[in-house]
Amino acid sequence: MSKELAPLSDPGLPEHIHRKADVDLKAAKKAERQVGILFLFSVLGTLLFIYAYLGIDEDAFIFVPVLGSTNAHQLFLGLGLAMALFFIGMAAVHWAKTLMPDHEVIDYRKEQRSKDEDREDFVSTVKDRALEAGLGRRPFIKRTMLLSLGLVGLSPVLLLGDLGPLPGNDQKETNWKSGTRLVTDPGDRPIRPSDLEVGGVAQVQPELPAGKVRHLDDIAKDSVLLIRIRPEEFNLDAERLSWTYEGIIAFSKICSHMGCAVALYEQTTKHLLCPCHQSTFDVTRAAKVIFGPSARALPQLAITVDSQGYLVAKQPFSEPVGPSFWGRNK
Amino acid sequence: MRFISKYRRHRFAGPLLLLGALLFAGLTYSAAQAVTEQATLSQSDKATLIAEGKEIFARGCSSCHGLNAEGAGVGPSLIGVGAASVDFQVATGRMPVADMSQQIARKEPVYNDQEVAALAAYVASLAPGPAAVTNEELAWERDGNMAQGGELFRNNCAMCHNLAGQGGALTRGKYAPTVMGVEVKHIYEAMITGPQAMPVFSETILTPQEKLSIIKWIKHAETEPQLGGAALGRTGPVTEGLVSWLLGLGLLIGVAVWLTAKAR
Repeated sequence: MSKELAPLSDPGLPEHIHRKADVDLKAAKKAERQVGILFLFSVLGTLLFIYAYLGIDEDAFIFVPVLGSTNAHQLFLGLGLAMALFFIGMAAVHWAKTLMPDHEVIDYRKEQRSKDEDREDFVSTVKDRALEAGLGRRPFIKRTMLLSLGLVGLSPVLLLGDLGPLPGNDQKETNWKSGTRLVTDPGDRPIRPSDLEVGGVAQVQPELPAGKVRHLDDIAKDSVLLIRIRPEEFNLDAERLSWTYEGIIAFSKICSHMGCAVALYEQTTKHLLCPCHQSTFDVTRAAKVIFGPSARALPQLAITVDSQGYLVAKQPFSEPVGPSFWGRNK
Repeated sequence: MRFISKYRRHRFAGPLLLLGALLFAGLTYSAAQAVTEQATLSQSDKATLIAEGKEIFARGCSSCHGLNAEGAGVGPSLIGVGAASVDFQVATGRMPVADMSQQIARKEPVYNDQEVAALAAYVASLAPGPAAVTNEELAWERDGNMAQGGELFRNNCAMCHNLAGQGGALTRGKYAPTVMGVEVKHIYEAMITGPQAMPVFSETILTPQEKLSIIKWIKHAETEPQLGGAALGRTGPVTEGLVSWLLGLGLLIGVAVWLTAKAR
């Protein structure tokens, strides 16, 4: 900075410019007309609403460009009400902006601190009243009052207990046990390996003991997707390969990112896609994450067949299904 | 009877009687002929259909799928894909493919029904595979159960084809097409053959009756009235969000600018 800059002087308030309607009678008349017409538009809107409610058939459809075939009843109900409200607002604002008084008023900021004498006055009043109430002379009232006030404050704390109970092991356990049959969802039919051809999929749930009902809480954890590919296409280690059966592989359907149902299976690429955040899993590599925000592969369910030839779980899931939670790795 | 006795000696009576007798004999003969011909034709008809299909295949398909449908660099082998696959791919216009990009799209079919049938017969003759179905043999209106179909659709189809069957995006430019306005037999054939990225839903995982239920639900969804005004393609929050952001927010910004502008 070579040049010395002079400090800016206070420019003061800008000059008040009068509106056209304030100085020109014709402009004022015109603004008045505009406000009136805007109110009349609102009236039109209400009339349209009433007509749509009474006069347009609920099943009447009309073609609207861009929107396509549209229900006329609903369209004009909404349009009418929107017009009725919008133009009232527009008229009011236009009225205020053009015709209502236009004085500029300045309200300077007041000092925050009260005057010293007001403050002293307040303190002495409180002391006087406390003495008159005789709190010092009547200790029983003082103590019971403090007790009751304290206990009232305790009740909301008690209600915090409803945030629990802690889930315990619910997040780590599913209904898949060793030997649980895989059944179709819906339909509850057990599945033989021959039921799935290469390129085929099945949505499955664990078979429940007779009489037990499948709750949504169960489905949210137990849902499994069964996929069959050619066995030679697998790229798995020996343990994971032993969890498959003749090219059939089973994964938890609950996304390890946010828990959406991952079931968009592309037969051509052998990829599983989660519709919520596009996490993509490679089926041939034990549902390894190849794209998207998910941090972990989908848990694989070890499967085999039972003595009657139906597909069963070999063991429970080896890790908790679904998204991460506190204490997941404990 | 007086009519006969009155005219029996008329000079045209003889020739007319002869003509009637000849006509009767001829019609009976040709009817009988037709029946036997039909029976023998079904054998030779099948052979000619396959031959016809082979010819169409050689002209229209072999450049990609190989002269004997054994598959070549671009097109997969068609041995064992069955008539259902051919009927679905060719009758919906997906094959022959015009644009070899990520997704082979539905378009105006190139071959007519008979040519499709010939191609299907030829491919089916190579190796057994899922048979084509006709719209008539799928009694979805009678055997389908709408509530069951809805549940099955939500569980097996909705993740790709959208909850309202409008289709949706897959990875890298692929997409699941809409199921609205698709012929009943093509929906069925798609389920049993798994075209392109779609997996196969075998007859035991989704029983034929369950497939008919899904079809019934889809057909009902097609006729569902759009009672909420503009449906915006029924694709859910994406188009609704787009409209509210562009139109709604645009309008709000315009109003805000006008509100704060000083009147002249």
